[in-house]
Amino acid sequence: MKYMLLMMAPAGGWAKFMTLPPEDIRAHISFMKKLNVDLTSAGELVDAQGLAFPSQAKLVTAKAGGGPAVSDGPFPESKEFLAGYWIVDVPDEARAIALAAHISTAPGAGGSPMRFPVEVRQVMAGPPEDL
Amino acid sequence: MKDGTALEDLLRDAAPQVLAALLRRFRDFDAAEDAVQEALLAAATQWRAAGVPDSPRAWLIQVASRRLTDHIRTETARRRRQGVIASEAPPAEQPPPGDLPPGDRDDTLALLFMCCHPALSPASATALTLRAVGGLTTAEIAAAFMVPEATMAQRISRAKQSIKTSGVPFRLPTNREWPTRLAAVMHVLYLIFNEGYASTSGEALVRTDLSSDAIRLTRALHHSVPDAAEIMGLLALMLLTDARRPARVNEHGDLVPLAEQDRAAWNARLIQEGVALVTSALPRGAVGPYQLQAAIAAVHDEAATAEATDWPQIRALYTVLERMTDNPMVALNRAIADAMVAGPAEGLTRLDALASDARLRGHHRLHAVRAHLLEMQGHRAQARTEYLAAASRTTSIPEQRYLMMKAAKLADSEAKE
Repeated sequence: MKYMLLMMAPAGGWAKFMTLPPEDIRAHISFMKKLNVDLTSAGELVDAQGLAFPSQAKLVTAKAGGGPAVSDGPFPESKEFLAGYWIVDVPDEARAIALAAHISTAPGAGGSPMRFPVEVRQVMAGPPEDL
Repeated sequence: MKDGTALEDLLRDAAPQVLAALLRRFRDFDAAEDAVQEALLAAATQWRAAGVPDSPRAWLIQVASRRLTDHIRTETARRRRQGVIASEAPPAEQPPPGDLPPGDRDDTLALLFMCCHPALSPASATALTLRAVGGLTTAEIAAAFMVPEATMAQRISRAKQSIKTSGVPFRLPTNREWPTRLAAVMHVLYLIFNEGYASTSGEALVRTDLSSDAIRLTRALHHSVPDAAEIMGLLALMLLTDARRPARVNEHGDLVPLAEQDRAAWNARLIQEGVALVTSALPRGAVGPYQLQAAIAAVHDEAATAEATDWPQIRALYTVLERMTDNPMVALNRAIADAMVAGPAEGLTRLDALASDARLRGHHRLHAVRAHLLEMQGHRAQARTEYLAAASRTTSIPEQRYLMMKAAKLADSEAKE
């Protein structure tokens, strides 16, 4: 079964993360790199992507007369932003939850776990049998 | 001179037999597979130019064995140089086990049992079986399961590693082991079939046809063990299910339920073969779940119209199957058969009894079946609520679209009344 694990960063967390000393940022990056290597060698990784900062984001809606209406981020009303995601192919939901919990321990200030929320969503598939 | 496709088919069919022949003499799965790949590559280039030898398989086995022996010699020399060999037994050729009747057919069968060993997870066993016995490339398997090739390569390599570390022997199971090991093999083949069947949902992706691969492998298993009634049942079930594939999705890519399918589009040849298989399997005694499911599929497939379906017989078959399997989905299907025989009220009573089963609580199928039965009774508003409950719980996109359409049609017809 495939699951998408969405890493949700608190709105203020981005700025704070950028002010961490280099060794903390390096530790965070190595954690993420090792995670993807481990997921590949476990035969579980389908896709993993990190997203550009919310300050680079655009919010797009269709104008009534056609064409895009574009506004810039960040969006003060949002409490959390999607920072990145993984799609994994695992035997069951329990494994997806265990992976999400591990991702949430990514190191932040002083190497202590950040414990940000990770949303676990099952990816829809084809029908299992005849109706 | 063979054309390219015929040569590819020949090589793909020979690959598992060559691998099995090597494994009978050498333990190392990884090295044996590498040697087979090298022999296949050599064959692909040399045969194209010089023609196919009289005995292609013997040619391949000879070339692959030579490559493997060279590899072992190099490895041994390397290890000796590094001083690690002293305590290890040389990974030399092993005498064929005396209790094994030799022959290619038994070798390929032993390979299948090895790849479907219960020590492996279902995901590992399906991947390894398709690679080693099915002759698919890692890229093809990765595409079929929609994962990157690197991920699938790791999954297969871990599966080989588990076989090595858990000491799974390369031989046919003993008489005592036979029933559980055969069940494990059939389960893996069934999973491969279902993976292919579930993927016919029209999300336009080029996917290897896993259903056909599963049928090909099950057919080969049936030829190796022609007396096993459950293998006949499994093959029949696959054929009778696959026969309906052309009618299962409409021109818009939407799912069409069994009752509304265009039966003229069903594959009559597959139905004929499936019915013949299950008819010859059932009287052999020891009726198992695959034979019963095949028998149910046969009753559906033989009905000229949905209305002509012999529901009393389907109900009887589900009653036997229910006693055998303790699968809540079987109980759910039995409730549908009850409704078709004795009316929706009878089916709904049975559903209420099933609702206490923890495995079914909140399951989308429970809501979907209740919705159908309520609709049969003319309780449109309640049926609509149940369709929506089912739609919000399913993890299948085509099924969700179907359930939402059912709910929408009920709302529409209510508005018009």
